[in-house]
Amino acid sequence: MIDIPHLQSIARQIRRDILFQTNLAGSGHPGGSLSCTEILVALYFHVMNVNPVNPEEVSRDRFILSKGHAAPALYATLARKGFFSQDLLKEFRKFGSPLQGHPDFQTPGIEVSTGSLGQGLSIANGVALSGKMDKKEYRTFVLLGDGECNEGQIWEAAMFSPHHKLKNLCAIIDRNQYQIDGTTENILALEPLKEKWESFGWDVKTVNGHDFNELISHFDQLGKNNQRPSLIIANTIKGKGISFMENQNAFHGKCLNAEEMKKALKELED
Amino acid sequence: MESTRETYGDTLAELGEVYPELVVVDADLSVSTQTIRFFKKFPERFVNVGCAEQNLVGTAAGLAVGGKTVFASSYAIFVCRAWEQIRNTIAHDKLNVKIVVTHAGLSNAPDGASHQALEDIAIFRVIPHMRVIVPADAVQTKAAIRFEASHKGPAYIRLNREKTPRIFESDYQFNDNAIVLREGADVAIVATGTTVYEALKASAQLQKEQISAEVIEVHTIKPLDRRSIIKAAKECGHVLTVEEHNRMGGLGSAVGEVLCEQTPVPLKILGIDDRFGETGQYPELFHKYQISDTFIEHEVKTLLAQNK
Repeated sequence: MIDIPHLQSIARQIRRDILFQTNLAGSGHPGGSLSCTEILVALYFHVMNVNPVNPEEVSRDRFILSKGHAAPALYATLARKGFFSQDLLKEFRKFGSPLQGHPDFQTPGIEVSTGSLGQGLSIANGVALSGKMDKKEYRTFVLLGDGECNEGQIWEAAMFSPHHKLKNLCAIIDRNQYQIDGTTENILALEPLKEKWESFGWDVKTVNGHDFNELISHFDQLGKNNQRPSLIIANTIKGKGISFMENQNAFHGKCLNAEEMKKALKELED
Repeated sequence: MESTRETYGDTLAELGEVYPELVVVDADLSVSTQTIRFFKKFPERFVNVGCAEQNLVGTAAGLAVGGKTVFASSYAIFVCRAWEQIRNTIAHDKLNVKIVVTHAGLSNAPDGASHQALEDIAIFRVIPHMRVIVPADAVQTKAAIRFEASHKGPAYIRLNREKTPRIFESDYQFNDNAIVLREGADVAIVATGTTVYEALKASAQLQKEQISAEVIEVHTIKPLDRRSIIKAAKECGHVLTVEEHNRMGGLGSAVGEVLCEQTPVPLKILGIDDRFGETGQYPELFHKYQISDTFIEHEVKTLLAQNK
């Protein structure tokens, strides 16, 4: 039984935390953090087996944020889940803080440092393969940006996972349609994206990336039907949840001012 | 004469017995790098990523995150392609990945400039947490690989293609300290990798002309054995370095960084003079690029004459 209202409430909290963190820091990437919020909430609050009391537990499911600039979303999720104090979110991007501008392996709950695009899928391949070699049950999840799929290494890695039948691996693409300089289709067209991944041998599903039912039903099918790795193309909206940020790419790397914060928080009230 | 890459393959196959968590990753060059010797014995612990060096490094990183001791191999120059991945993941996160490259320097002589690596020591030396090791022969290679398998953390180990003369006795034990192979009083020749043998020949020649040239073998370029370098500089008063690498950024630079801060003495850096390599026979290239024994001998005399 999925408690959708509960997950939606967590998502609103995460969105508020994303705005607080980037606002306090004076920098960071709210747009692409807001687009992947439901994906992270679904994974951490319903799908993945993780234990904040013992983040290194061997049997845990692994998560890698390949689009490391969505760190505010991950930090908010990890704090909410109990990996570290909610108070720490105030220290995002501050000197001496464990909450670095992009995820750092020394922060509880972070498996590996990321931030330089294109690398997370390769790393996830290695983690998943390691689990397969050791006949471990854990699953590996990796969240990619759509713009990130410009990187050649993504496609090197995309060939690898099906070849090694990594059915314990699930990649998710946060398909919010934008990269820094514009829309993905204007900068370097990705479409037909589903067909590309399918032709590489992936089990591809397209979902509404803000719909918990759709996300979770696909996550729950992971590795059950075949030997192929799973790819979920999550259609999302950049800046999702705040009317004046949605599909406004200016908020890729820009935080809100005091006025905008007030307006945004009003929209995110429970 | 033995090739360090063959020794590497044999050592991996031995270590596979000792370390069940040891895995090897290669990028479609397992016959050249000789990791195939491990594959033949432990196919289930060998991963071939195809000719995709970025994914080689990323997969190796992931395997290490998953708890494996990882040896990742390709040609030196092709691993340079994934320098940023090595920096941002393997080195930054101190992952237990040993990047063992073959065909370094000019040793891939017939393949020419595109397949030779004369810049790699420079670019890997400047990455925090990264150890940089250049063995001088097969015996030292074996010892270095064994050492690295038993110590956690990232390392870059630079091997070559051709068979090279033996320098060390078979009971040699690896540690990071530089090794004085010949005592001397007038000049210290600091050499690494394949140029160690050239330095020894040069020193023997110089002896006949009453020039006492110490030969110091530096296999661990990082962390550098500063104490031995300073001691040799103080005792000999002149230092000449020689390496199969660009004169800039490699062993010579590393030694120079120590000396200019601690013990400024006249220093000559021998290496490839900021040029690309080319096709040829290995000894022909050593001669053309002026890192063979006769050039070392000549440069020692020049250094001493200029700084009487």
